[in-house]
Amino acid sequence: MSTGEAVTFWILVWPALVGAIGMVLARNAIHSALWLVLTMLSIGVFYVLQSAPFIGMAQIIVYTGAIMMLFLFVLMLVGRDASDSLIETLRGQRVAAVLLGIGFAAMVGTGVYRAMDNVTPAGLEQANAQGNVEGIARLLFTKYVFAFEVTSALLITAAVGAMVLAHKERRKGEKRGQPETMRARFYPGNYPGPKPGPGVYATSDSVATPGRLPDGTLTDRSISKILPVRELTSSESAPKGTEK
Amino acid sequence: MRPVIPYVTAALLFGLGVYGVLRRRNAVLVLMSVELMLNAVNLILITADTTVRAALPQTGQVFALFVIVIAAAEVGVGLAIVLQLYRLRATVAVDDVPLEKVDA
Repeated sequence: MSTGEAVTFWILVWPALVGAIGMVLARNAIHSALWLVLTMLSIGVFYVLQSAPFIGMAQIIVYTGAIMMLFLFVLMLVGRDASDSLIETLRGQRVAAVLLGIGFAAMVGTGVYRAMDNVTPAGLEQANAQGNVEGIARLLFTKYVFAFEVTSALLITAAVGAMVLAHKERRKGEKRGQPETMRARFYPGNYPGPKPGPGVYATSDSVATPGRLPDGTLTDRSISKILPVRELTSSESAPKGTEK
Repeated sequence: MRPVIPYVTAALLFGLGVYGVLRRRNAVLVLMSVELMLNAVNLILITADTTVRAALPQTGQVFALFVIVIAAAEVGVGLAIVLQLYRLRATVAVDDVPLEKVDA
């Protein structure tokens, strides 16, 4: 086999592994999903290199195109702040995870390396001579046709099951009408007007700067609730003076 | 081409997936780690298909296709369950799921 393949492998091993490590270690769930996309794209190129272009394309389209986007949709629904806390609730969980995960990887990796080093691959040129897709289709629709049909039944069952699980049943009486909405809006204790905008001054129009009320005090209602989470210092969030 | 490179990569990816499943507390991230493990197995299947001279070549690719389909079905149902859990408990951390029966 050509050295071009080996070079491509050596280049793509690193994105695949770095993506997996980033996915496992990233605090933010969205970052995790995007790292996993990197890994899956690299693996898709691996497939194409190993004379499996159809599976490589299916990997890129189905995994990175459909499955990872589904993950991102659910992460957005569940909330952007769905980052993992690193507080251990089970004692020794981290040690066990490191031992099992890294130990397993090291064990299987060295075993596979010792077994497969200096093995010359048989290659699929002969099987792919009439086309890769045709070869897969020949197997899929002759020897594995029963499994193929069962898979289609599984897929439609999973689709119906996902719809049933994700569907939110809302009875007719639960929906709040316009009079009730208005009553709740003007109920004592609720402020019916729009919220004040953030402060716009001559030297600062940041959304982190609170607006000033007519009596000169700053109002916390004018800044987003996420900003205190970012822990801005008081000098950062204070309006900047205009006179130099 | 040395087939040992993708084999070792797949082993490492699988180990990282095991670590993620054991370590992560967010249910969505646990599902993503399972996906990583399935991808590692797929890589093994595809690589084995080119490495050995099999009686039925391309069987590994057909199996990988099946694994991709089953992973898609699993993700659909799993994420629907996670959504339902989020609606019920307003959290997706797997530690916060009560295992004993609670009075709803």
